[in-house]
Amino acid sequence: MPTAQTMIDTSVPRESERVVFAPLSARRLLLLGGIGLILTGMIFGDIFAVFTLHQNAAQVGANLAAAANGALAGNRHIVLANFQNVGAFLENRGTKVDTHVHMIDFGYLALLLAILQPWVAFAESVKKKLAWIFLAGAWLLPVGVYLIHYVGLAHSPVRTIGWASIAADFGGLLVLIVTFGCLLGLWMHFRGERVSPADRLLADRSSAGRVLFAGGVALVLLGFFHGAYYAAADLYKHEAEDYSLLAQMSAGAAAGARPVVNNALTEYGQLQGAKAVNIAAHAHSVEFGLLAIMLAFFQPYVRLRASWKRRWAGVLLLGSLLLPVCVLLEMKYGLVAGGIADFAGLLIIFALLAMWIGILRYTGELDASVACSSESRVPQ
Amino acid sequence: MSGSRRVLIIGGIALAVWGMSYGLWYAVFAEHQALDTIGSSLAGSFAAAADRNPAVMESSLEQYREAKYVYDRQVDVHGHWIGLAMLLIVLGIGFDRVSFPERLRLFLAMGLLVGAVVFPLGVLLETISHGPLPRAIAITGSAFVVASLLGSAAGVVARGSSAINAD
Repeated sequence: MPTAQTMIDTSVPRESERVVFAPLSARRLLLLGGIGLILTGMIFGDIFAVFTLHQNAAQVGANLAAAANGALAGNRHIVLANFQNVGAFLENRGTKVDTHVHMIDFGYLALLLAILQPWVAFAESVKKKLAWIFLAGAWLLPVGVYLIHYVGLAHSPVRTIGWASIAADFGGLLVLIVTFGCLLGLWMHFRGERVSPADRLLADRSSAGRVLFAGGVALVLLGFFHGAYYAAADLYKHEAEDYSLLAQMSAGAAAGARPVVNNALTEYGQLQGAKAVNIAAHAHSVEFGLLAIMLAFFQPYVRLRASWKRRWAGVLLLGSLLLPVCVLLEMKYGLVAGGIADFAGLLIIFALLAMWIGILRYTGELDASVACSSESRVPQ
Repeated sequence: MSGSRRVLIIGGIALAVWGMSYGLWYAVFAEHQALDTIGSSLAGSFAAAADRNPAVMESSLEQYREAKYVYDRQVDVHGHWIGLAMLLIVLGIGFDRVSFPERLRLFLAMGLLVGAVVFPLGVLLETISHGPLPRAIAITGSAFVVASLLGSAAGVVARGSSAINAD
């Protein structure tokens, strides 16, 4: 009967692992930094969805309605003032969505680059510098984008772009340079006909890894099918309706027809909701699928019992399926579906956090074994 | 490393660099101007409605429609190029799990890469021409991606069942 100790993967890390995954090595920086970025982006997204998103949409709708009523009353000042508010609310929403998306996507890219590090034909010191630059850029861009709404054009040397935008663009440039550098390193590796390094991450076929890989591919496919269906059935129809409803609003206002304006306003709100949930469901399904596949590769680094690794893999996949489905159902079931979607987001965050803690345990164990072996080499 | 994995990993990172460069160019030189046009044209159309000026109202609304159409597609192109690039890299890393002969795997990898490049390109071309050709290019590209991904998934499942049989 296996003991609790033997149920944990306690295989001694190989020498190559101690080099590839050494403290502050490029792979460790990118892996821990990448999961940190994803976790922060997801927590930020959940807070944004609960406390800002719906309130913001209500404010946009109220100001659009006020602008339409201003047009009905023939008062262009009210119209312009309310559209200025709509612009400010949309900018607030847009920058927060961009912060959420870029933080998570840079986290994904960091995980991918972490896996590829053994194939990047640069010295470890160069790879380490690149990893630090990547992480600096990956934090700078979303923080800069978040601040755009608050900093605006204050003291900006450019007419249309503020300091926060400039900082964000610079962050993006850093990430771009590092990604290009890794591409160059990979190309040098393949061109030089070097022997592929042995990497236990890619050889792992544990049950948790297999479940995450298969579930991830299924989620990506589900997201693709939904995206294709939406593009074929609704996208162009929604675009036409968007224009037609705004035309009805403005023409109704010009003609003094209040019922036409009110009907168009109601339908416009519903249309925006339908567009948002479809796009969010498609994007989340694909992104969580990618996350599951990437986490499948890192399972050898997760120092938890095999049964717990399987459980957390299941929790992550459950949340990843539940969230996009419930987001889609929000149009029909309202806040109930929205609440379940937020709960599903929390499930993903908890599973990711558990895996991150497992990886931290592994790093501690690896560093302790390195310290022990170096002590044993000291002559008595 | 096999040829199919090289195609996916190198192609994926190159596509990510391309998608990010496009996003950076767009953020610096086009996005703020596009958002200004969208906001001002919509506000202009409602202000014209308040002035009971239908000609300006319609022209402003038309300007809004065109600007919004282009903006939505340009943001989609940036997001899809990078999203598909990450999919290519992640599949490239795990492509040894696809239990097909290397020739077929190379075919699937090429299908994924071509689809990942062409699908957003078709969407981008829609901003230049509203005709059926760009839409057909986008549909073809997405069909390549979905079909190749389905083929890869079938290869993974085949390996899983063969492994179970072997056990």
